[in-house]
Amino acid sequence: MDVFLVALALLWVGGGIAAVLRARPDAAQIAGQAGAVAGSAVGLAAAIGVLVSGRGETLVAFWPMPGGELNLAIDALSAFFLLPVFGLSLLTGLYGRSYLAGRGNAAAAASWFHLNTLTVAMALVIVAANGLLLLLAWEVMALSSFFLVIADDRQASVRHAAWTYLVAAHLGTSFLLVLFVLLGSAAGTGDFSGYIGVLRGNPALSSAIFLLALIGFGSKAGIVPAHVWLPEAHPVAPSHASALMSGAMIKVGIYGIVRILTMMDAPPAWWGWVLIAAGASSGVLGVLFALAQHDLKRLLAYHSVENIGIILLGIGIGVLGLAHGMTTLAVIGFAAGLLHVLNHSIFKGLLFLGAGAVQHAAHTLELEELGGLLKRMKWTGTCFLIGAAAIVGLPPLNGFVSEFLLFYSGFLGIAGASATVAAAGLIAVVAMGLISGLAAACFAKAFGVVFLGTARSHEAEAAHEVAPPMLAAMAVLALLCVAIGAAAPVVVRSLGVVVAQATGLAAPQVRAALAPVAGGLGNATAIFAVLALAAALLWLVRARRLAIAGAARGPVWGCGFQHPTARMQYTASSFAQPLTTQFRLFIGSRERLVPPAGYFPETASYASDTGDPFLRLLFAPGFRWFSRVVAPLHVLQRGHIHVYVLYLAATLVGLLIWGSLWQ
Amino acid sequence: MTMSATGLHWFLSPLCALLLAPLLPGLINRTKALVAGRRGPPLLQPYRDALKSLRRGAVYGAATSPLFRLGPVVNLAALAASLLVLPFAGIGAPVGFAGDLIVLAGLLALGRFATMLAALDTGSSFEGMGASREAHFAALAEPALLLALATLVRVTGAVSLTPIYAAIGIATWAHTLPTLALVALTFVVLELVENSRIPVDDPNTHLELTMIHEVMVLDHSGPDLAFIQYAAALKLWVLGALFVGLVVPLHGGSLWLDGAAALLGMAGLAVGIGMVEAAMARYRLVHVPQFIVGAATLSAVAFIVYLA
Repeated sequence: MDVFLVALALLWVGGGIAAVLRARPDAAQIAGQAGAVAGSAVGLAAAIGVLVSGRGETLVAFWPMPGGELNLAIDALSAFFLLPVFGLSLLTGLYGRSYLAGRGNAAAAASWFHLNTLTVAMALVIVAANGLLLLLAWEVMALSSFFLVIADDRQASVRHAAWTYLVAAHLGTSFLLVLFVLLGSAAGTGDFSGYIGVLRGNPALSSAIFLLALIGFGSKAGIVPAHVWLPEAHPVAPSHASALMSGAMIKVGIYGIVRILTMMDAPPAWWGWVLIAAGASSGVLGVLFALAQHDLKRLLAYHSVENIGIILLGIGIGVLGLAHGMTTLAVIGFAAGLLHVLNHSIFKGLLFLGAGAVQHAAHTLELEELGGLLKRMKWTGTCFLIGAAAIVGLPPLNGFVSEFLLFYSGFLGIAGASATVAAAGLIAVVAMGLISGLAAACFAKAFGVVFLGTARSHEAEAAHEVAPPMLAAMAVLALLCVAIGAAAPVVVRSLGVVVAQATGLAAPQVRAALAPVAGGLGNATAIFAVLALAAALLWLVRARRLAIAGAARGPVWGCGFQHPTARMQYTASSFAQPLTTQFRLFIGSRERLVPPAGYFPETASYASDTGDPFLRLLFAPGFRWFSRVVAPLHVLQRGHIHVYVLYLAATLVGLLIWGSLWQ
Repeated sequence: MTMSATGLHWFLSPLCALLLAPLLPGLINRTKALVAGRRGPPLLQPYRDALKSLRRGAVYGAATSPLFRLGPVVNLAALAASLLVLPFAGIGAPVGFAGDLIVLAGLLALGRFATMLAALDTGSSFEGMGASREAHFAALAEPALLLALATLVRVTGAVSLTPIYAAIGIATWAHTLPTLALVALTFVVLELVENSRIPVDDPNTHLELTMIHEVMVLDHSGPDLAFIQYAAALKLWVLGALFVGLVVPLHGGSLWLDGAAALLGMAGLAVGIGMVEAAMARYRLVHVPQFIVGAATLSAVAFIVYLA
């Protein structure tokens, strides 16, 4: 635990110095980066230490707050969720200084303070073993990420996005407040051990807490329809902050759901169904919305919604397995969900950092303005390609491993005796199949339009490779995508201790359930090795043949047209059009088509614009109604400090009277 | 590695595929020509075409990067690797393990993704169009394939291709005729969709605006084109084997008899595809998604029929 506390201290001291030195941006940046990198490295060591040794660590200390003591605990589950937090914080720290360089203002310096505070807050949420501490850290996490989103506050669009995020974050927190008040008043303490005492053997309370946790924690994770803040906040935040928020922060929401599940008895089956329904709808809708986007970071944000859906599908199957007493199913479902947490943090972090590099080099994220970047940014492009192939779930990368586990759990359910579990397995398999097919389409579009073909704008033409620290951060993540894919059997076996913690099953049982699937993955990696060998062989054959027969450069086939221009390339909108048209019922794109007319058409255009239907049809009317209802309360809002102090005093006096009356 | 208990014959299934796959397009084209009253190209023409392309030099578009050259290589390697988990006739796959069907789907997806990216690398609007259509239809075909496989998993209780196909015999058909028939129909549709055959796509068309797969590979030449042609034949084989293994469920125990029956089945499938191509026109592009979703629905119905 000492190592962990040192990590937090390093992070906060680095961030604090950066905030103090904000008048001297260069020094502040160095301090912020040093704190982020050193603190995260130490924190990573602490988390890995717990995972390897298998011995949890706890810290109990007095604090002047009601409801129990200051209670921290790192068990296997916490340590596992600390990996993406500290790992991504380390790499975004490495990346951030070059990314912010040249901005040279106090805001860049201050952003280190918020970035490091965000990491500390996420780590504290994950190790908190006390409800009040968790809520406080949760709030710090929301606020520090809000300040990261609003970094560019001179633009109205940024302020609007940050406002959406702040409201969404606090809507979620309000459910958590109810959750912990409910638990705290039932248990008489804020400590998790007390919660466990009241939750065991109390199915009604457990169900209520489960639903509150799903909504409260789920809104941070980005479950549909509480996902609306993601596509607003991610595009405007600095890219390394997006990477940390999408890679690590939304996983803290998943952590909350899993942690609450561990406090209860074996779950009833309908929880599993709720999770599967939430996962399938988030997954499919997330990728459908992503398809229709043409801002690279907005597209990536919707893919986070999709991947949270995949994670929930896995956990849902796992819960269903626990409910039906099907141990193997439970273990593999949870393993799929948890491994996807780690995998998504790796490839989504990589993709956001790649998007940041594109923005840095070409000064835009609008897909229709980009193109041909692979030739100008070879390393960024290669890393982005690996990330794209990984998120699509293609073998032999890490995304395939967790999707293999998920498909496998679905097929296990289908093969099993229970007809309801088989139906759930079928839903998971079909949803996952649709998601991976649509994700392949989406990333063929994103990678193809940004990195392949020819540049569609002067900015893209003038793009250059980014600085080595940024490349290094991306390269590490790309290598992790490959390494987890190659070492799949080892990775899946070592998940055992985490899965055991999450499911409450005995470790030998979990190991026995994971062994066959790890063996299967061993065979799969052998097949992929054959694939790599075959590809190398074919490449040699090809090179040899071409050395003899010769290779030339020429124009591409343009149906007889000799001089194709960059503007004739297929665009992102046109690539996605068949799919967005087919699924327009769900996506609701607005299309503007000016068809060519007459024998000698002069102008024709097609543009599609996809807002979020949940924002437009659900939240916007809801909030309009709400602000109408609360409008009379404006009477209280006087704009004078002394009036507000009076309100405070009046509330205190009121509470005192109320308290004394009831004693 | 678990060899699937076929002793020394484990290499027979991939060997058959690698050697005989180009016969399938040859048979299809020959049938099509005969039905239309022409004599048609010789059966071995696809071999000659691939060899001819292999010997030729290549021309690369000005905008292309190494990814364009990598596309056909990865596609062919992925399809060749998929033969390792593909059972054929009574001969099991060289490698059979729980979950190998997921690996098969993953390898098909990998090959497709590589082909789409290579197409987009040309910067040609035609190839972009082809990639867009391929992405669209593949996104619908993937759930259909998984639904069909899921139904077989439910029927046989196994989660690996070799045991699944070993478990399906004449008796299984007798018990679960409607279910298996619907799954077989799904496989036929998938064979046509994934291999861009009529009525989804016309491999012989010469109008770029209407093509799907062929338009994606317009700019490939030389050895790259040879790899693409060979990979297309392998893909016909892989998806065909899933169908034939289901409808020719003979496991007499004699390797030669079973193998001969399965090979006859494959030939029959190719002749059937040729007849379909001769008899049908292609659908309008907007109707293709309905065709694929219809196939997926067949398997969903099959699953529900079996569950009920």
